[in-house]
Amino acid sequence: MSKPKVAFFDFTSCEGCQLSKLNLEDDLLAILDLVELVNFREAISDRRDDYEIAFVEGSISTPHCVERIHRIRRQAKILVALGACAHIAGVNAIRNRMNIDAVKEEVYGKDKYLFPSIKAQAVADVVKVDFFVPGCPMDNQEFKRVLTAILTGTQPHIPEYAVCVECKARENECLYDYGTVCMGPVTRAGCGAACPSNGHYCFGCRGVVPDLNANAARDVMEKYKLSMHQIRNRFAMFNANYVEVQEKQNE
Amino acid sequence: MSDANLHIEVPYVTRVEGHGNIVIDMRQGRLVTSHLEVVEPPRYFEAMLKGFPYSDVALITSRICGICSVGHQVTSLKATEKALDITISEQTVLLRKLLVYGATMQSHVLHVFFLAAPDLLGVPSVVPLAATHPDVVKMALRMKKLANDICDRLGGRTIHPNRLVPGGFTKLPSRADLEWIRDMLVKQMVPDAKASLALLKKLAPKFPAFERETEYIGLASPTEYAFYDGKIASTDTGLVEVDDYLAMTNEFVVPHSTSKHCRHARSSYFVGALGRFNNNHALLNPLAKAAATELGLKPVVKNPFLNTAVQLVETFHVVEESLKLIDILLSKGIKEEKPAVPGKLREGRGAEATEVPRGILFHDYTYDNRGQVVKANCIIPTTQNTQCIDDDMTALVPWMMDRDMSKDQMTLTLEMLVRAYDPCISCSVHFLDVEFLE
Repeated sequence: MSKPKVAFFDFTSCEGCQLSKLNLEDDLLAILDLVELVNFREAISDRRDDYEIAFVEGSISTPHCVERIHRIRRQAKILVALGACAHIAGVNAIRNRMNIDAVKEEVYGKDKYLFPSIKAQAVADVVKVDFFVPGCPMDNQEFKRVLTAILTGTQPHIPEYAVCVECKARENECLYDYGTVCMGPVTRAGCGAACPSNGHYCFGCRGVVPDLNANAARDVMEKYKLSMHQIRNRFAMFNANYVEVQEKQNE
Repeated sequence: MSDANLHIEVPYVTRVEGHGNIVIDMRQGRLVTSHLEVVEPPRYFEAMLKGFPYSDVALITSRICGICSVGHQVTSLKATEKALDITISEQTVLLRKLLVYGATMQSHVLHVFFLAAPDLLGVPSVVPLAATHPDVVKMALRMKKLANDICDRLGGRTIHPNRLVPGGFTKLPSRADLEWIRDMLVKQMVPDAKASLALLKKLAPKFPAFERETEYIGLASPTEYAFYDGKIASTDTGLVEVDDYLAMTNEFVVPHSTSKHCRHARSSYFVGALGRFNNNHALLNPLAKAAATELGLKPVVKNPFLNTAVQLVETFHVVEESLKLIDILLSKGIKEEKPAVPGKLREGRGAEATEVPRGILFHDYTYDNRGQVVKANCIIPTTQNTQCIDDDMTALVPWMMDRDMSKDQMTLTLEMLVRAYDPCISCSVHFLDVEFLE
């Protein structure tokens, strides 16, 4: 049986998720036994377009990105969004809250019309995405699980509950007890509460949990006498596009 | 050759971080175009940072680059602390230095073995080497993994560490972590680095013997081979304070690149391993100095291709330096301490620099009296090197033609040149004031 042909593509991002894969030192050679890598610009010089599975990192943020992602979608049987930039537009979406024309004016001055730039979007906002691996950076173990599921034709398991569940299981002290606004109650789990376990507040890089229990989150804020303004600031880091959608629905 | 025509175009150079194209155009012996086009989409980080509280700034600037995230976080935190007058403990400085050394090891090993070595061995990537040189590939993976494990134990994780905040760390490594790092460096990293040196010595003749002297810039300190702090040193003009960094960088816009270019005393300058080595060679630790001698490297090294070789020399240096720092930390014992906090918030500005793997990195923030960003500026090593790459290409093309190289050989040599700088193109377009002509 021939090995499935795999390609990796990067869009607007820090390439941390690409690097993350190169950090799978113990498994890298085993993975290369299972798939044929035909396109991975950061690591290999080959570049072929006969791939079946495309892993895409980064946000869609220029007209050229849109063209390129459509081309990839046409070729790939399976398209996987890797990391926060591809999954939820991540930090790239911060600029969406600003007037794009004003940003361009500030950055390009008189040349603002020369540079084509569009709203920073998640891959799924532009083309159909079959699977996603959340997080900034994506979690290597989760990437391996998703890859295994794809290769064996099963459905990968991505948790649909909040980071708090994993944080409690690890018996961490709650950061709210220290007056810190943490995105744990509203963020999709699966990272093993990576940041709170290191004493750092969660900043929501895995996106908002499906079926968010907004009332419970509000109760937490009230219990600790924190303002919605503070949690809105936290949302602004990785979930700016989510906030925009919510605001539109509430209008 | 005087009437030669030559056109070389390498779209999306592989085995570099980010998107860049090489374009060479020679018409009737006259070199019309020789440059690296940076086509990475701009990221607008400086504009994005506006209004964010000081506690979140390093988390966001970390996302400028996954490969250099430790360097961006550390530089960002230092600049914020300077602006807001936050004094950090000696323990925090030592731990941050260790983390910077771990990140340097990781990045240098990745570049030397995975990005640069395939060219010296005549293969398109590290993948075929797994079959032909399995022991070397396994060793390189082992070195990289250890460097990553060091960053994990100090910073919480390697890519976008999650323990670093203004004023210190949210969680500290244990004594056992430090002992483990020390033992692994001695037992594993030092022997592997020595084996890498023997290997690189054998491959060294494959580096093109091209030289072009330029200005070399890096941090310098009177007491150590500077990574964490110091003054800005130039081989042409001597030392200046970090606060005066804008006088060194002089950013300017070129039409072919979404990354700005920089120049100082000449048409361009070099930052990175060569920038540090050519300014600080005398302060290398003993094994590193011996490695430099072994590879025939002595300042001023003028061959840009040898930046890769100097990275291996620096790998020795940071391993030795890490061992020294761990001994200090272990003898004093790790003290549980909370991150330092600012006093009364007031308006302030702070500019700081760190030597990250690819060269000197500057972050400069202005805060309002609520501790929110009013203005931010980040100047990235690759931004500083892009003009130097163009100038090298301009000299390299006639050099290659004099040697009657085939077009394929020339293309490969140009790609090797770009890779030698270990460019980080995502970083270089992190914001930016850009002009894009098509």
